[in-house]
Amino acid sequence: MSMKVAVITFPGSNCDYDLYKAVQQVGGDASFVWHRERGLDGFDAVMLPGGFSYGDYLRPGAIARMSPIMEDVVDYAEAGGPVFGICNGFQILCEAGLLPGALVRNTALRFEGRDVFLKVERTDTMFTSRYETGRVLRVPIAHGDGNYEADDDTIRELEESHRVVFRYVDARGERSPRANPNGSRNDIAGILNERGNVLGMMPHPERAMEPLLGSSDGVEVFTSLLASLSPASTS
Amino acid sequence: MAEGTASGGAATKSTVRPRQGDPEITSELVSDHGLSEDEYAQVCEILGRTPTFTELGVFSAMWSEHCGYKNSKRLLRLFPTEAPWVIQGPGENAGVIDVGDGYAVAFKIESHNHPSAVEPYQGAATGVGGILRDIFTMGARPVAVLDSLRFGELDSGRVRYLFAGVVEGVGDYGNCMGIPNIGGEVVFDRGYEGNPLVNAMCVGLMKKDELITASASGVGNPLMAVGSRTGRDGIHGATFASEELSEDSDEASRPQVQVGDPFTEKLLLEASLELIKSGAITGIQDMGAAGITSSATEMAGRAGNGVEIEMDAVPVREKGMTPYEILLSESQERMLVVAKAGREEDVHRILRKWELESAVIGRVTDDGRFRVLEHGEVVADIPALPLTQGCPTYEREGVESADIQALREEDISNVGTREGDLTDTFLELLGSPNVASKRWVYHQYDTTVRTSTAVRPGGDAGVIRIRGTRKAVAVSTDCNGRFTYLDPKQGAIAAVAEAARNLVCVGAVPSAITNCLNFGNPLKPHIYFQFREAVVGMAEACSLFETPVTGGNVSFYNETDGRAVYPTPVVGMVGVVEDVDHITSHAFQRAGDSVILLGENTDELGGSEYLYRIEGRVAGRPPAVDLLGERRLQHAVLAMIQQGHVRSAHDCADGGLACTLAESAMGDGERPLGLSVSLDDDLPPLAVLFGEGQARIVISCDPDQEGEVLRLARRHGVPARAIGRVGEPGGTFSITARGASIQTSMDRVVAAYLEALPAIMNAPPTSGG
Repeated sequence: MSMKVAVITFPGSNCDYDLYKAVQQVGGDASFVWHRERGLDGFDAVMLPGGFSYGDYLRPGAIARMSPIMEDVVDYAEAGGPVFGICNGFQILCEAGLLPGALVRNTALRFEGRDVFLKVERTDTMFTSRYETGRVLRVPIAHGDGNYEADDDTIRELEESHRVVFRYVDARGERSPRANPNGSRNDIAGILNERGNVLGMMPHPERAMEPLLGSSDGVEVFTSLLASLSPASTS
Repeated sequence: MAEGTASGGAATKSTVRPRQGDPEITSELVSDHGLSEDEYAQVCEILGRTPTFTELGVFSAMWSEHCGYKNSKRLLRLFPTEAPWVIQGPGENAGVIDVGDGYAVAFKIESHNHPSAVEPYQGAATGVGGILRDIFTMGARPVAVLDSLRFGELDSGRVRYLFAGVVEGVGDYGNCMGIPNIGGEVVFDRGYEGNPLVNAMCVGLMKKDELITASASGVGNPLMAVGSRTGRDGIHGATFASEELSEDSDEASRPQVQVGDPFTEKLLLEASLELIKSGAITGIQDMGAAGITSSATEMAGRAGNGVEIEMDAVPVREKGMTPYEILLSESQERMLVVAKAGREEDVHRILRKWELESAVIGRVTDDGRFRVLEHGEVVADIPALPLTQGCPTYEREGVESADIQALREEDISNVGTREGDLTDTFLELLGSPNVASKRWVYHQYDTTVRTSTAVRPGGDAGVIRIRGTRKAVAVSTDCNGRFTYLDPKQGAIAAVAEAARNLVCVGAVPSAITNCLNFGNPLKPHIYFQFREAVVGMAEACSLFETPVTGGNVSFYNETDGRAVYPTPVVGMVGVVEDVDHITSHAFQRAGDSVILLGENTDELGGSEYLYRIEGRVAGRPPAVDLLGERRLQHAVLAMIQQGHVRSAHDCADGGLACTLAESAMGDGERPLGLSVSLDDDLPPLAVLFGEGQARIVISCDPDQEGEVLRLARRHGVPARAIGRVGEPGGTFSITARGASIQTSMDRVVAAYLEALPAIMNAPPTSGG
């Protein structure tokens, strides 16, 4: 059994290769799908990588969400298929309305390229089942517009329905202003949609796959998905 | 005194009618174009007539210092350029070395100083854009960038503006391209006031058989312009780079600063690599300085052919652009491609896929001439080889400045007499912008994209692993401008030695270098002296270390209102890590480990950060470099690392031994370890703690390995002694020398080091400008 993953690439995507390698590393079968192609039949999961699609013109992800393939991504998500957006991918998912809220400019008005710590808030999702609750992960970020914003009602909804999957914390797992690299509301780093099949996160787990490169804490995001798609698991 | 071929190619005189609306060729116009009377006479001799306005522009750009290397070429021949592992030496767009396992690494460093002084964001961004193109035009995928930056002192608002702008420009361009920044340097010194230096380096990876050269071969093959349209930006950028700056430079020079678009370049990168792989082209070159002109003529020259270009066929951004403007435009993100006849449609198809434009603009000819048509009429007709190879080269007079000689011979012995508790001095030095953490800079860069960065900025060298192999490539940029100012030859030698030490500390074997030689006006004898001596010194060191020069860049005229920068020959060195297991950190790893000093402390405070920062002086002899001793040290440390004895390795540089030890104790600041070191040298304590003597590396190891380490050092002829122990997490930092000591907590050390730059960049300026 192998997980067939579509890695959607837009002009300007530049983390597509890293995402492809991460899927391959856990035994998945990844393919690049160019934004002008149509149809996602046969894929077990769809992933939107990071980068600067369309150079972040207008707003990050604003133009990519109008690409032909995005119609298929929306249909795929609405049919319950797993969709995972990282960084620019998360921005595109918000622009497309598959996730609530928006990612705006980092409060420091600067690009932030470094490691952060994340707390795994829920381990009963298809993306985090292989993590222990409360585990603190070390994962790189690289973004200028990662500040998660939404109106108060949306934030309350997200919190009450436990749809915040990853939160910025310090090395000890504690929340603090210093631990939040971009000013996101409630230190939100990654969220799930209502149905639980669409995940968006700003940090890059696909860059935390090997100790040689600084951390392997991102591996379980991919192994969790793989496990949830295997015939033996329940959906 | 000049040399240069008088005429080559076709000897027949061509006739070209002056273009309507073009200005008349007067001696003032010639001089405005940066050509001397002699040079203009040579132009006329080559053409057999007076040049047209378009031709004058072409010669002006191609014979500018930036493109023609007229004041440097003769001396550059002194560099060693060959080795069994060098696949491509100087002469192409980038140098290339064989790193084994079927892989090759292309690399080069270039300057973008003048544009950055006027428009820091775009100047820096397009500097990165340009060097990236030089790499992927060879068929290599860029895998890393480094930036080597120099500014005046940070207490000026203008300097803060330049610094912030340059960092943002470098970051935005590299981040958008998705290429990690893995290192570089930032230096702040009054010596760079008014003349910031922005040198950008790129490293690319490819399989050996993917190398393509920039040669216009195949008579009849079509020439195609691909990528962005040609506009009016950057015209005469090459000539601008070949002039001094003055107070008037600011506004007037702005049209000569290019404007970059990294999104387009990302598409261009993918398209270019695909084009090369497709087999549909025979040559490709990026359009950089002097745009279409230099790329077309250089490609023709390399193949011994000619080219004919029709201006009407060049995609332009604005109506009414003259041939002069089109030929000299430095609009970014454009490549010139020589396709195989009949394969034009393949080229169009690939460019279309990447949503870029492409157009046939001319063809390769067999008459060795650079011929340009507008509406079918010839507006320029120049023999190609004399244009590209016939640029006169000069050897100038070089005389050392008596003032600098005096500075070097100044007595600084009274400096080294302070004793007692030097903790405050140490913390001040650690917090000096040249020593302090550059995190403020590299946290604005993406350092991990492409999942291959094994060592990120903050250590001795950046390291990129090569997937599918056990190997990695290490890269460092180095130069101490103060040393080179006080003694150009020794300073250049020291730059090469420092780069090699840095590579060795991460576990890499030094392989080859690229260099960016930043100097003032070479027509001034004391500047030419600096240049000559620096080249001689660099050649000597590169020969001894067997790290040949594979290419690089010369940037002259870094002067404002007559004041030149420190001579700053930046070395960009590349090395190979044989096995990723050898990759070594600069940070102590474990409490209780032995700290060992390899090399010897000396009484050499000349040109040091201590002298500059604490005493306000740039004087004295820079530390001597013993090249054979350096090489023995490199071999010893590599052996220790490869045999698994080393837990950390860090070389002594800015701020001296005390700062080296502090950096190793702090690591990345997350989990600092303490330190307890005792130095019994019979030398002035200031020199022991803060002197910047060469050939020293501090390693840490398991106490059980100490004996073996010292034995290995002895066998390699390297002085070595245990000087102390790594302390507990967050413990005390203690160094005692004869008659002086430093004693403080790791908290204070970390605060001084990490908070220095952020505190300055968030504070209001204290002086105008």
